[in-house]
Amino acid sequence: MSDLSAIDHGREAGFGDYVQLLKPRVMSLVVFTAMVGLIVAPVPVHPFVAFTAILFIALGGGASGALNMWYDADIDRVMRRTASRPIPAGRVGAGEALALGLALSGISCAMLGLAANWFAGGFLAFTIFFYVVVYTIWLKRRTPQNIVIGGAAGAFPPMIGWAVATGGISVESILMFALIFMWTPPHFWALALFMKDDYSNAGVPMLTVTHGRRATRKHILSYTILLAPFAFALALSSVGGPVVLAAAVVLNALFILGAVRIARRDDAAAEADRYRAEKAFFRFSLAYLFLHFGALLVEHSLTTFGLGGW
Amino acid sequence: MAIHPEHELHTRRRGRNLGLGLVLGAFVALIFGLSVVKISHLREGKLPSAEAKQ
Repeated sequence: MSDLSAIDHGREAGFGDYVQLLKPRVMSLVVFTAMVGLIVAPVPVHPFVAFTAILFIALGGGASGALNMWYDADIDRVMRRTASRPIPAGRVGAGEALALGLALSGISCAMLGLAANWFAGGFLAFTIFFYVVVYTIWLKRRTPQNIVIGGAAGAFPPMIGWAVATGGISVESILMFALIFMWTPPHFWALALFMKDDYSNAGVPMLTVTHGRRATRKHILSYTILLAPFAFALALSSVGGPVVLAAAVVLNALFILGAVRIARRDDAAAEADRYRAEKAFFRFSLAYLFLHFGALLVEHSLTTFGLGGW
Repeated sequence: MAIHPEHELHTRRRGRNLGLGLVLGAFVALIFGLSVVKISHLREGKLPSAEAKQ
């Protein structure tokens, strides 16, 4: 009887729990940006090869998610936002997550190498290494710059997509990287502002904890301003055009406006309206990235009709 | 506690086995599709530049 109830606690994981380990929501961003990087590249790729490549880039992203959850299970347990993840909730063992993460990393890099080219496969391996070892294991718990440097891992997918098509790196792919790289800190700091206690409870040195919330508000504004030149440089590059430029003007103006609003008020004002400006800025930051890469896609499809582009 | 021939645990396991089966099936289909694409490109002589150099 007691033996039966021991396995009856919902401890054995369902298929969905393993999918949860791969962070499907983060994956959607990886898929979209990698796809744009691949499509706008000047070398055409066979649609089936492109599909396979994106799939394995996504799987590599998922693998790094599983490895991140394996290493961070202790702090995930403390934070409200992450307490229901499969490992802290007790549905999947930490060792299982590690095994799944390592196996999927190997499969995804090898398969990307075989399907596309070994530069892209190696780049994916480097991205997983960067996210898991450099960000999760090394920097996340040590420096308030964790988000800034960790953002690089999330910024690599369009470069990998570009590498699938071209087999290399170029100015355009570096600018796509820069756009996501500069976008990540204000995006996460806005989240940290309204997810107040989570990070401090977990002992993660977020900027809000180490340098205070006023400094974080100013940091959001400065990064948002520094982001704009990269957006315009991308719009003026060979993958850009009038559509991307128009999108860059509108999106950056709105983004900076939101950041100014955040920088100008203090926590008392934010408490009064339950962090409305911060939450709005966070939501808009997601739209910012999707619309920016969407504009690149639109521009590219226009050029195939002899319109768009410079 | 009544003993049912079909415990909830079994349903959960079946779901997991089914999911893994589908994933493996999809993987096989993917490799097959990729092989067809790569081999037919070889025949048409439309090699990706990196392979063409060899």
